[in-house]
Amino acid sequence: MRPEQGTLVSRAQAMAALLELLTDQPVIICNGFPSREAHKIADRPTHFYMIGSMGNAPAIALGVALAKPNKQVVTFDGDGNVLMGMGTLATVGALKPKNFIHVVFDNEVYGTTGNQPTISNVVPLEKVAKAAGYVNVERVLDRDDLIYEFKDMLKKDGPSMLLIKVNEFAEDAGRVVHDPPDITRRFMKAIEG
Amino acid sequence: MRRLSQACAGDFWGERSVIESDVFVQAMQDMGVNFFTGVPDSILGGIIAELMTRRLYVPAVREDEAVGMAAGAYMAGRTPAVLMQNSGLGTSLNALISLNLIYQQPCVLIVSWRGRGGKDAPEHLVMGEVMPQLLDTVKIPHRTLTENTAIEDFRWVAATFMARRIPVALFITKGVVKGLHP
Repeated sequence: MRPEQGTLVSRAQAMAALLELLTDQPVIICNGFPSREAHKIADRPTHFYMIGSMGNAPAIALGVALAKPNKQVVTFDGDGNVLMGMGTLATVGALKPKNFIHVVFDNEVYGTTGNQPTISNVVPLEKVAKAAGYVNVERVLDRDDLIYEFKDMLKKDGPSMLLIKVNEFAEDAGRVVHDPPDITRRFMKAIEG
Repeated sequence: MRRLSQACAGDFWGERSVIESDVFVQAMQDMGVNFFTGVPDSILGGIIAELMTRRLYVPAVREDEAVGMAAGAYMAGRTPAVLMQNSGLGTSLNALISLNLIYQQPCVLIVSWRGRGGKDAPEHLVMGEVMPQLLDTVKIPHRTLTENTAIEDFRWVAATFMARRIPVALFITKGVVKGLHP
């Protein structure tokens, strides 16, 4: 148990607070519990829920951001996911899409598979992003700060990373009900234009 | 601007001559491809140089990342292609299976066929031998580009990947498309 564990918000609480600040922005959500929780909190057609291809959420978001430079693109990611696709931090840092916001819910474990530890307790992922070339990076530990910083990032040119330290609690959320091809079609239609 | 049909029919490009990189890129653009990403290979060097000249190429650091970027670009209205050495097929297999195939996201894979016929560096020999069967197993259609069937090959790619909303692979063997070094 980490010392600050008791004071941290859960990923679902953090996600709910962020989703309240979003309207029609495309949101690419990594596989595992994050997609299930986002689907439970607010099922919007602008959500792309991943069920596989772990580590690939920011790459997909980057493709959307490059193709739609006038739309702000958000990705909800996890620490295990970022570690698996860490090269993408470099690609984002090098290409510097202004419309790219990378949110990392960092609970220091692989939650979906039984809370095995990741290594994000000793590897500060937001510092890796900063070194790779992200323009704005913030690490936050509580609800007020995450709302403040996310609002700020929505106003700024990116790429930005908001790393939110969350506890290990996972919401009782079922699998995403939509079929993957429907998720693709619905998302495409929602972000058209 | 030289096009494939002219190149095939024209005086300057007779039977079995190498496909120029600009002709290759133009053929891809003519079929509507307008987002190119990937990881380089020497066989693809000429194509990538031409794409960079046309400011069409987004470099990726891993092939599965390129596949992810292509998927995002597709959903945002683009028609994507991913360039890679066949070793990158191994790296991107999970993304191709659990993203493209599951979510019905099309993409042209332009894959250099290293290790074909057992003539290459040791690291290319296993993938060079099993690549076609590997793609058959995961149900990704593929075809090998040749100088004499180029128009047909491109037509097949164009007709397959968007209609079926799946990735299709076009294999490029050494010497078929002009590289950076003769």
